Amino acid sequence: MEHTIEMLNITKEFPGIKANDNINLRVRKGEIHALLGENGAGKTTLMSVLFGLYQADEGEIRVWGDKADIRNPNDANDLGIGMVHQHFKLVNRFTVAENIVLGAEDTHRGFLTYDKAVERIKSLSRQYNLNVDPHAMVSDISVGHQQRVEILKMLYRDAEILILDEPTASLTPQEIDELMQILKRLASEGKSIVFITHKLEEIRRIADRVTILRDGKQIDTVEVKNTTNKNLAEMMVGREVVFRVEKAPARIEEPVFAADSISVYSPTVRKDVVKNTSFDVKSGEILVVAGIEGNGQSELVYGITGLNPLSGGRLYLNQKDITGYDIRERSLAGISHIPEDRQRHGLVLDFSLEYNMILQNYFQTPFQSRGFLQFDVIREHAERLIDNFDVRTSIGAPTLARSMSGGNQQKAILAREIDRGNDLLIAVQPTRGLDVGAIESIHKQIIAQRDAGKAVLIISYDLNEVFTLADRILVMYEGENVGEFDPAETSESELGLYMSGSKRRETS
Amino acid sequence: MKRILKVIGRFFLRLQQKLSETAFGRAVGKVWDRITKWMAARPNSVSVSSSFIAVIAGLLFGFIVMLIVDPSNALSGFFTILLGPFQQGLRSVGDTIFYAVPIILTGLSVAFAFRTGLFNIGASGQLYIGAFIAVYIGVQWDFLGPLHWIVAMLGGIFGGALWGSIPGLLKAFRNVHEVVASIMLNYMAIYLVNGLVRLFIFNPTLNRAQGPEDSSHIPQLFLGELFPRSSINIGIFITIVVIILIHIVLNKTTFGYELKSVGFSPDAARYAGMKEKRNVALSFIIAGGLSGLAGAMMFLVPGTYIRIVDVPLEEGFTGIAIALLGLSSPIGVLIAGLFYGGINRGGYFAQSLYREEIVDVIIAVIIYFSALSLFTQKMIAKYLSRRAKRDVQVQSKGDVR
Repeated sequence: MEHTIEMLNITKEFPGIKANDNINLRVRKGEIHALLGENGAGKTTLMSVLFGLYQADEGEIRVWGDKADIRNPNDANDLGIGMVHQHFKLVNRFTVAENIVLGAEDTHRGFLTYDKAVERIKSLSRQYNLNVDPHAMVSDISVGHQQRVEILKMLYRDAEILILDEPTASLTPQEIDELMQILKRLASEGKSIVFITHKLEEIRRIADRVTILRDGKQIDTVEVKNTTNKNLAEMMVGREVVFRVEKAPARIEEPVFAADSISVYSPTVRKDVVKNTSFDVKSGEILVVAGIEGNGQSELVYGITGLNPLSGGRLYLNQKDITGYDIRERSLAGISHIPEDRQRHGLVLDFSLEYNMILQNYFQTPFQSRGFLQFDVIREHAERLIDNFDVRTSIGAPTLARSMSGGNQQKAILAREIDRGNDLLIAVQPTRGLDVGAIESIHKQIIAQRDAGKAVLIISYDLNEVFTLADRILVMYEGENVGEFDPAETSESELGLYMSGSKRRETS
Repeated sequence: MKRILKVIGRFFLRLQQKLSETAFGRAVGKVWDRITKWMAARPNSVSVSSSFIAVIAGLLFGFIVMLIVDPSNALSGFFTILLGPFQQGLRSVGDTIFYAVPIILTGLSVAFAFRTGLFNIGASGQLYIGAFIAVYIGVQWDFLGPLHWIVAMLGGIFGGALWGSIPGLLKAFRNVHEVVASIMLNYMAIYLVNGLVRLFIFNPTLNRAQGPEDSSHIPQLFLGELFPRSSINIGIFITIVVIILIHIVLNKTTFGYELKSVGFSPDAARYAGMKEKRNVALSFIIAGGLSGLAGAMMFLVPGTYIRIVDVPLEEGFTGIAIALLGLSSPIGVLIAGLFYGGINRGGYFAQSLYREEIVDVIIAVIIYFSALSLFTQKMIAKYLSRRAKRDVQVQSKGDVR
């Protein structure tokens, strides 16, 4: 069997961590090879070594059987290796064609010429059924379309080996289907595809073989058809996994929180990005707002917590009108908020963990007395939360927040927000970027809050999470509530239609 | 060229090997090992030692400048500068402290702003406005009697705070970058003070402001006897009290917690419900007040007068270097400021050997190289981690055997 890429005994070390430990990866011609592992397992590092972003400490890379010395992405391009990063590298204010030729421009007497490039883009687009419009502005096209542009960018550079880093992370189910078709088509034309993922379903659907990494080590490389999802999951995590956290039926009671036709204005896009949206959250219930990222969910939460002002509508918490409250007053009135960007909003990274644990309460007794911080009380408070919520740190309460892992940072925020004992808990993407273990623990905590009679509002872009947590689902599209669903009576594909705006339900 | 470097490198490597085989070399190696391990375990020691290394590098470069300008006097000049504070015994020690006080205060002003996430380039202007108000009160309000100097000093603080509030408020409510605003305000302060001096407290014969009344001078108390014929006054005590105060505010109070939160992460502070705008403004007002106090300390003394000038006072800018050298900590700023005072005194005496301008250049070189402490800090941290890594490798190799 002919191998296009062979990565042999690759070891890559960062200060304090072996990101790749003696890994062997062989990719065949025309194969779709999945790279499976939790966050921090070393998948992206391995691919970055292949793409020339990092140099391996040990080991060698062979391309088409010849030893290759890949020092930077240009070397990789020359060898026919292309990569689509998790966050697209496109210039928003350029057209599709301009983005594609960027770095490989045709010129005529020093002036750029696009005609030939546009022709080539059109023909490649036809050949692989990519449906890319070369003249569209990148800022105007959908995420799925942008991804096809990234793929075309690789094909334009005659890439034979395509690397995709978590390509489905921000796509709707329909867009994922399209992507799968495209990848299959590419493989059948003889391209080799490596794609990084931690979603087992996708591997089952298109991959031929899968290499599993855990903690920087290669666990195994197997044929997908000879293995089960349960097997793969166990290899990935290193223990048995529960796919869905068990949860008792909800005991829904009084409405705790209500939003009455609220609108939120975004100064960046200069228009209302949440439009006239109404909903309520009852005690003992988890309401999940589903939707594709960027449909006003962030601003919805900003509007509720007070980070952005409302441009219309009213908010009620426990039947009290809190519309005029500022951030602190809302927080004291009973809103806990696990923010979307934990490093930007959730934590002061240069503070110790114990200082972060009093971020909203430092001015209250017993944390202060006559304006002076009470260090003993603060320390005890932090240590109690660390114990109760299993936050892992290097030196306990004085650990610098910046030095903690993402999962533990998130656990710390969760601990703080839950501990404040508020009636409404808002969490935006509570498990984004976390590994299976941390996800499981955070989901359990959130469900425990619901069972304790709190009202829980979750914003999630991940349909798996939506179905794991939701007692009720609200779909948001372009800032509007386009439908509410009972998770028992809907499916991912139905939600997908609403999320992409192809369908909407008139809500009363 | 490459080859020469290689040869030299090999020579030193061999020298090191030879030396490390001797008993003395082994002893030194052991001590060095201890030191680096001790330091690696204490992150603070890295930043403190980096300041010292930066100072030494600064002195070295100052020496090189002296060698280039006039090699014959370099050595004696170097020691004159280094031992500046002791040239005239207690008198020059007292003068050193006296000259250090305003520098320490402007350094504290910059450091305080920096700890709260703001870059105060406007210390010079704040100092000058503070100085004017202090001197104005010193000249005009002699009815105050024994309270005269206190009111004048408070007036200085008020003036600085007022001037500091402008960039603070602009930053908080109009998002004008504080660096731009505060730099511009330095020049506005000079011309404003020039005009105000001419209007209210001008001495036309000498083309400068009138001197403040004796009752408004910062008192010397017993320090006058302790350091005979020196200009020292109780300003140093006031400064130390202010330093302790700022230290407590920053590290022990909820107000300091809030200011630091806003400084480290304005977004997180907002998320937590803090009034980040109010804090930005307050922080700049306090920083301005500190600079204004420096102005009062500089001019509420006999023999120093506000002159009609058109360049910002250097004390404001030196404060930036002092804040960096002192690692933005109040105590560090005190030490760094005294060091600067010493060098400055030394420079005064070195004028017998070098021309005044050259002395200024030398002092500038020393101070600005010293301010590279952030750079040396990185180098030291890198060195320590490399050593630690090597130790691990050596150990693991030992295990195999």
